[in-house]
Amino acid sequence: MTTQIADTAVRTSIVVDAPQQLAFDVFTQDMGGWWPPDHHILEGELAEMVFELRAGGRIYDVGVDGSECQWARVLAFEPPGRVVISWDITTEWKLETDLARTSEVEVRFVAEGPERTRVELEHRHLDRHGEGWQNMRGAVGSPGGWQGGLQRFAEHLGAR
Amino acid sequence: MTAYQLDGLAALGDPTRRSIFEQLAEGPSSVGALAARLPVSRPAVSQHLKVLKEADLVTDRPEGNRRIYQLNPDGLGALRAYLDRFWNQALPAFKGAVEQKAKEKQ
Repeated sequence: MTTQIADTAVRTSIVVDAPQQLAFDVFTQDMGGWWPPDHHILEGELAEMVFELRAGGRIYDVGVDGSECQWARVLAFEPPGRVVISWDITTEWKLETDLARTSEVEVRFVAEGPERTRVELEHRHLDRHGEGWQNMRGAVGSPGGWQGGLQRFAEHLGAR
Repeated sequence: MTAYQLDGLAALGDPTRRSIFEQLAEGPSSVGALAARLPVSRPAVSQHLKVLKEADLVTDRPEGNRRIYQLNPDGLGALRAYLDRFWNQALPAFKGAVEQKAKEKQ
């Protein structure tokens, strides 16, 4: 039996060897350091990703040319355990200005030990995006898309 | 790593099916065109498409004497599959970054 939430959400989790507070800080403050670099919606090259550390804050990308693109709102900010952000991105990987058509991402940081944290992520209300998501070719189909993300991950691992 | 296995997402557990899914994310295609771009035979592509179709990730329609496959625009399955893949790429990258920071602090 599939529940309604399962129909309109994806969930995943990962365990990291780091304290809860550090996991929370890296996820939020250092989002630009691990976010798949090809998954932003600026016209040009990404210079930095800014995460305003408060409920009601914004998350926005800054391009090397100074352009800004706000693609999320901070809906809940509860360090070190929980953060919820909106996903103001259309299915064509562009900015969504109609907030009724945005989904949200909740991330929970659960301490499993002093140096170990389970990170649980739920991206929900996907039905709000409406139709047209099949055009998300920019992210899935581009040569630098997933492959770039994998390479970056491998580089992270190699650097350890 | 995935805490919950959702119906439909399991269909993308196979790397060849993921390749077909990504090809279709670029646009509708026929079995022959997919087989030409992948190191897989036509019958194998057809078999994988059947699984993707049963998982509601793709639909098909006749066009002349062949069938055209595309990601299912009427369901949420493909959007979920897409975002599931996104987060399952992003979180390992996050793990790499946070564990590197944790080591630096020790």
